[in-house]
Amino acid sequence: MTKPLATPLLAALLLLPLAVAASPLDDQLARYAAAAKAGDPGFAGFSAARGKTLHTQAFALGKPDTPACTSCHGPDTRGAGKTPAGKTIEPVALSATPGRYADPAKVEKWFKRNCNEVLGRECTPREKGDWLTFMAGQ
Amino acid sequence: MNIPVRPLVLAAMVLAFSALVLSRAQAGGSHFFPPVADPLVKEECGSCHLAFAPSMLPARSWQRMMGDLKNHFGDDASLDPPVAARITGYLVSNAADSGGQRRGEKLTRGLDPGSAPLRITELPKWVREHREVPNWEWRHKDVRTRANCVACHADAERGYYDD
Repeated sequence: MTKPLATPLLAALLLLPLAVAASPLDDQLARYAAAAKAGDPGFAGFSAARGKTLHTQAFALGKPDTPACTSCHGPDTRGAGKTPAGKTIEPVALSATPGRYADPAKVEKWFKRNCNEVLGRECTPREKGDWLTFMAGQ
Repeated sequence: MNIPVRPLVLAAMVLAFSALVLSRAQAGGSHFFPPVADPLVKEECGSCHLAFAPSMLPARSWQRMMGDLKNHFGDDASLDPPVAARITGYLVSNAADSGGQRRGEKLTRGLDPGSAPLRITELPKWVREHREVPNWEWRHKDVRTRANCVACHADAERGYYDD
């Protein structure tokens, strides 16, 4: 009696998280937004345009061989980059590498390293959110 | 007389093929450094550069390196302590002097036991093996650093450093 009903019910239950939960990237952006707002009450959301500037501008504030994000990631967000030691870096554009920002800890790890290398400091939550917003739309 | 040509040719081809595979395996045996097999080590040590084979340095070198990831050849490669500890364990237990690392033992032979070199490319044996590579090749835009093994050793990721 219960069996015919149980199968679709189970399927619905299994599908539920997919429909309700936001992606890890969305969750991370929400956390950055909260942190940005806490630091600046005038914060009015992330900007892909600011993210683009952050990504392409030559700051030359960190290590000499990495003045900009594009020094390693390359000028094309949908193209592969290359580390100074010759390793290929998957494209940063979400459309080109769909799984790229699914692990928040990994995203944080690389922000920490790369911001220090390019800017000589860690990035602010707003900068991180801007950059990810830019990449999510690329 | 009826010489069975086709079976003979077939046999010759099989033999040639086996010889090819065998010579390849033997060459691998002499210049083979087992690549990193642990996914965590591969991920953490292989994002910026080739995940160098643990058998290329003695255990004391890996311990010294993992003890100062904040200054990792000019980069801050810090990791969470539990992650770093797991990686150190893997590197140490597969190091050149961990036993059974034929090629690694050769590469690190003659090292002063009191020294813990950090650069594979400064091992005396490494330097000797690469002495014929001219400077312009090292500076080539597709090489740039001696740490870029795959630029010349196409199969380095899989552990082969023959050519």
